[in-house]
Amino acid sequence: MTYVPEADLGTPAGRGTETVRVTVDGRTVEVSAGTSVMRAAGEAGINVPKLCATDSLEAFGSCRMCLVEVDGVRGTPASCTTPCTDGMVVTTQSDELGRLRRGVMELYLTDHPADCAGCARGNCEMQALAATVGVAEVRYPRREPARQHASYDETNPYFAYDPAACIVCSRCVRACAETQGTFALTVAGRGLESAISPGGTDFLSSECVSCGACVQACPTSALTEKSVIDLGMPTRAVDTTCAYCGVGCSFRAEVQGQGDGTRVVRMIPSKTGGANEGHSCVKGRFAYGYAHHPDRQLHPLVRDSIDDEWRVVTWEEAIAKVASGFKAIQDEYGIGAIGGISSSRCTNEEVYVVQQMVRAGFGNNNVDTCARVCHSPTGYGLKQTFGTSAGTQDFASVADADVILLIGANPTDAHPVFASRMKRRLREGARLIVADPRRIDLVRSPHVQAAYHLPLQPGSNVAFVNAMANVAVTEGLYDAAFLRERCENVDGYLAFIADPQHSPESVEPITGVPAATLREAARLYASARNSAIYYGLGVTEHSQGSTMVMGMANLAMVTGNIGRRGVGVNPLRGQNNVQGSCDMGSFPHELPGYRHISGDDVRAIYEQRWGRVLDPEPGLRIPNMFDAALTGTFRGVYIQGEDLAQSDPNTQHVQAALRAMDLVVVQDLFLNETARLAHVFLPGTSFLEKDGTFTNAERRINRVRPVFPPRQGKDEWQITCEIAQAMGYPMRYENAAEIMDEIAATTPTFAGVSFAALDAEGSMQWPVTAAAPHGTPTMHVGGFVRGKGLLVETVYVPTTERSNRRYPLILTTGRILTQYNVGSQTRRTDNNAWHLEDILEIHPADAEMRGISTGDLVQLSSRVGSTTLRARVSSRMPPGVVYTTFHHPVTGANVVTTENSDWATNCPEYKVTAVQVGVANARGETDLEAERRRAGVEYAHTP
Amino acid sequence: MGNDIARQFAHLPYDKATAAIATHLRTFWDPRMRNALRRAVAAGDSDVDPLLRDATAKL
Repeated sequence: MTYVPEADLGTPAGRGTETVRVTVDGRTVEVSAGTSVMRAAGEAGINVPKLCATDSLEAFGSCRMCLVEVDGVRGTPASCTTPCTDGMVVTTQSDELGRLRRGVMELYLTDHPADCAGCARGNCEMQALAATVGVAEVRYPRREPARQHASYDETNPYFAYDPAACIVCSRCVRACAETQGTFALTVAGRGLESAISPGGTDFLSSECVSCGACVQACPTSALTEKSVIDLGMPTRAVDTTCAYCGVGCSFRAEVQGQGDGTRVVRMIPSKTGGANEGHSCVKGRFAYGYAHHPDRQLHPLVRDSIDDEWRVVTWEEAIAKVASGFKAIQDEYGIGAIGGISSSRCTNEEVYVVQQMVRAGFGNNNVDTCARVCHSPTGYGLKQTFGTSAGTQDFASVADADVILLIGANPTDAHPVFASRMKRRLREGARLIVADPRRIDLVRSPHVQAAYHLPLQPGSNVAFVNAMANVAVTEGLYDAAFLRERCENVDGYLAFIADPQHSPESVEPITGVPAATLREAARLYASARNSAIYYGLGVTEHSQGSTMVMGMANLAMVTGNIGRRGVGVNPLRGQNNVQGSCDMGSFPHELPGYRHISGDDVRAIYEQRWGRVLDPEPGLRIPNMFDAALTGTFRGVYIQGEDLAQSDPNTQHVQAALRAMDLVVVQDLFLNETARLAHVFLPGTSFLEKDGTFTNAERRINRVRPVFPPRQGKDEWQITCEIAQAMGYPMRYENAAEIMDEIAATTPTFAGVSFAALDAEGSMQWPVTAAAPHGTPTMHVGGFVRGKGLLVETVYVPTTERSNRRYPLILTTGRILTQYNVGSQTRRTDNNAWHLEDILEIHPADAEMRGISTGDLVQLSSRVGSTTLRARVSSRMPPGVVYTTFHHPVTGANVVTTENSDWATNCPEYKVTAVQVGVANARGETDLEAERRRAGVEYAHTP
Repeated sequence: MGNDIARQFAHLPYDKATAAIATHLRTFWDPRMRNALRRAVAAGDSDVDPLLRDATAKL
C-alpha cells in the first residue's frame, strides 16, 4: 500500500451557509462563501504551490508562492487570502505566474541547505516544490542567515528543531497560537537574523506542551518527529482512534512494514476526525511506545498462590484454569460468588462480551466497569433529569457558547484537545467562569482570562450550584417559557430553590466564595444568549456527586440552556471509552442502552438471543465486590484492563479484598499492582492491535482499527468468549463487526450502527436511529429523552469527611497533562521527561506553617494510611487544600483516600480526604515496600 | 452507605422519603446487600438511620 499524506487544501473551509461558483483553470467548482481561491482550486483538484499556507491555519499571505490571476482583477493576488466570489474566473498557471514563483522560490532556496536531510528523506517540501515550479538552479549567491548557525535543539523527547532547515514561514508559530492556543513560539529577530524561538530557551524548558501541532504544520524538516529521523518516512497509514482521554481523537497511524513486523513511525491527528479536527496532545501524538515496551506481557501466566512465582503456560491451560476455578467457586459458594470488571480502555465490543459472559455465562449480574470510580454519577444524574446517561452536545458546540461554566475540570491537562477548542472560543470573546478550588491554567493563561474564578471549598459543589440557580430564579433570570413547556416539578423546584437558604449569602460560609462574586457569576451565566456547562471529576467524585450532576441539569433547564448548539451539560470523560463502556451494559443494574435489568421486556430480548434466563436483580458494584470478598461471599473476579489496586480508593482495603479471593484473573498489558494479587494473568492488547469501536464523551462512535495483529495472539473479546465457552456457555463471534451487529440489533440507540456505516460516515454520535441515520450531535432538541426534563430538589448534604485537628487539610487528586491515570501506559514512554513522580502541591501559608519548601520529601497521612512524596509550594492552591496526582504506584496516592463515596453510585470521594502533611526524613516503609514490589512484579517475572 | 442514602432523602415527607429510599435500594443494591440491611435492622443495629430502618420495611 502506497503512503499518501492527508490532502492539504491550503486554507480552512469557508464558514458561509451560502455557496458561490468559481471557475479555476477551466474547472467549475461550488464552494461555501468565504472559501479562499486556494482552497477552491484544491477542491477542484488543482494544487496551487504554497509554503506559508496549510488548511489547519488561517491564511497568512506571506510566502507569495500561491499567486494567481483573476479575470477582471489587476495584478496577481495571493490565492490563500483572496476569497471566492460568485462567477470568479481564476488562472493558476501562466508564464507570468511561473516566472514570479520561480523568482520567489529561488530566494527561499538561497536560505535553505542544499544538502537538506529532510528533502532527501521526504518530509521537506522545498526541493519537491522547487521542481514543481521549475527551479533547477539558483541564480543568487547563497545567504547564511543566523539560524543556519543556531543550535540544533533535540531537548524535546519526541521531535527535533533544526533551525538550518527553517524558512521562517511562521506556520509553527501560528499552529501553536491558533490550533493549540499556547503561544509558546515566536519569530525572534528581523531579516537574516529572524528565527523561530520557543521563548528564548530550548523546547523542553519552554512553555511548549508538545502537542505536535507545530511539527505537523512545518513544511520543511525544521521540526521533525525523532521517529521519522530514526526510521524514515512511513509507507502506509491506518485510520484509528486514540486510547487515552475521553476526547477520543482520530489519528492516522503512519507505519512501515506489515503484520508482526509493523513499526509505527508516527501518529498524525486526522483532519477529518470529528472530535479533534486535526489536533492532538502529547499523549495521543507521541506516547504510543508502551505497546512495544519490554515490560509488555505476551504470554499467559498462572500460579496457585499469590506467593508463588508466575509460570508461563499456554492459552488453553490458562483459560482452563480460569474456567475450572470459577466453576469450583460457584459450586461451593453459589452462582453469585464470582463476577467481572470491564475497562473503559477496551472497545465497545470487548466490554459488551464481558457483561454478556457475566450475565449469561456466570448467571449473575456482578459486572461493573471502571466508570464506577469516575463518571457513574453522570450516568445517574443525567438519566434522572434528562432521561439518558450522556452529555448533551458535540465538542464543536462550544464554538457557539457565549458563557462557559467550567466546574471541577482542568481541560488543559486532562482533555487538552478540547481545551484548545475552548480557548479558541474564549479568544473570540466568550466569557469563562471557573469553579474549582485550584487556580487552574484556564483561570489565566496567554490570551485567556476567566471572568470569574470561584475557588470552592472541596465538598461544597451542591451548595454552589443551588446558589447559582437561586440567583437565576430570585432575580427573574430564568426561562419561564422553557420551564412551562419542557420540564416537570417546576413549581416544587422553584419554591425549593428560591428559599433564602440557597442564596449566595447563605452558602458563603460553605463554599468560601464571596456572595457578591457568586451573584455576578450567576447573572453572567443566566443572562447570556448561550451558556454551556462543562465538568469533570471535580463534580462526580464526591459524596454528593450524583446530586451535583442533577443540580447542574437543573441550572441548565432553569435558564433554558438545553437543546441547541452552544449550551448544554457536558461531562468531560476521563478515559477514551467511559461513555461506551457504560453504554454497553457494564453496570450491574443495567443492560446495554441504560435499560434496567428488572425490565421483563428488555431481559427477554437478551434471553432470546443468548439462550439463557437472566437474573432480574442488580448485581454487585466494584466496592460491593470488595466488601463481599471480605465477608466471604464473593470469591473470584475477572478484571479486564483495570488496575484496581492502584486506582481505587483505600488501597489497603482493596488489597485485603483481593487477597481474600480464591481466584483473581487479570487481563492487561502489564503486570500491574493488581496482578501482584492475581492467580492468572491473561495478556491483553493495546489499542494499536484492537479492532472495534470507542465512544467518546460526545457520544461519538469511532472506529478502532488494528495497526498490527495482537502481539499475544488473541483479540481480547476472543479471550472472554473462550472463558465463557470453557465454563459451558457457548459464546462465539466471528469478528468484532459481528458483535457490533448484535449491539445494534438489541440496543435502540445503536440501531443504525455497523462497522460498514462507520467506515462510510467516519463517525456517528448516538442515538443513531431511523429518525437520525447519521447520528445526533445535539440531544434533547424540542423535548427530552424522558419526555419532560425533571427538576430535582437537590438538597445540600455535607460530606462526613471533614478536616479536624488531627487532619486539618483537605486532599484533592487529579491528573497532569503528560501522564495518564495509573500511568501504566505513559510511564513506559518518554513522557517521564516531564513528570517522573507525583508531587504534592501545597499553599505557601500551609507550607510555611509546617516548615515545608519546594522539593522537600513530605509525609501525607489520612485516617486510613500514609505515603511520602515531594512537595511543591504553589499559590494556585487555596489555603487548607493540597493536591496530588496518582500516576505513580511508588507514591500510592490512594493509600490515603477513603471509603467515602457518592450516595447514589458508590463513586469514590477522591476529591475530599482529610489529611495532615509534614516533613519526612525518608521514604516511608509503605513506599519502599511498594517500590520493592513493583520492581519484583514488573521486571523479575518477565518471561 | 445506606445511611448516606437516607440523608439524601431526609428533607422529604416521611412516607415519600421511605418510599424513595426503598426504591433506590431495590434499583441499585444487590439482594445480598439488602438482606444484610434487613438483618441489621432486625438485630436492632443502632448505627442504622431511623429513616433507613423504616424504608427497609418497604423493600
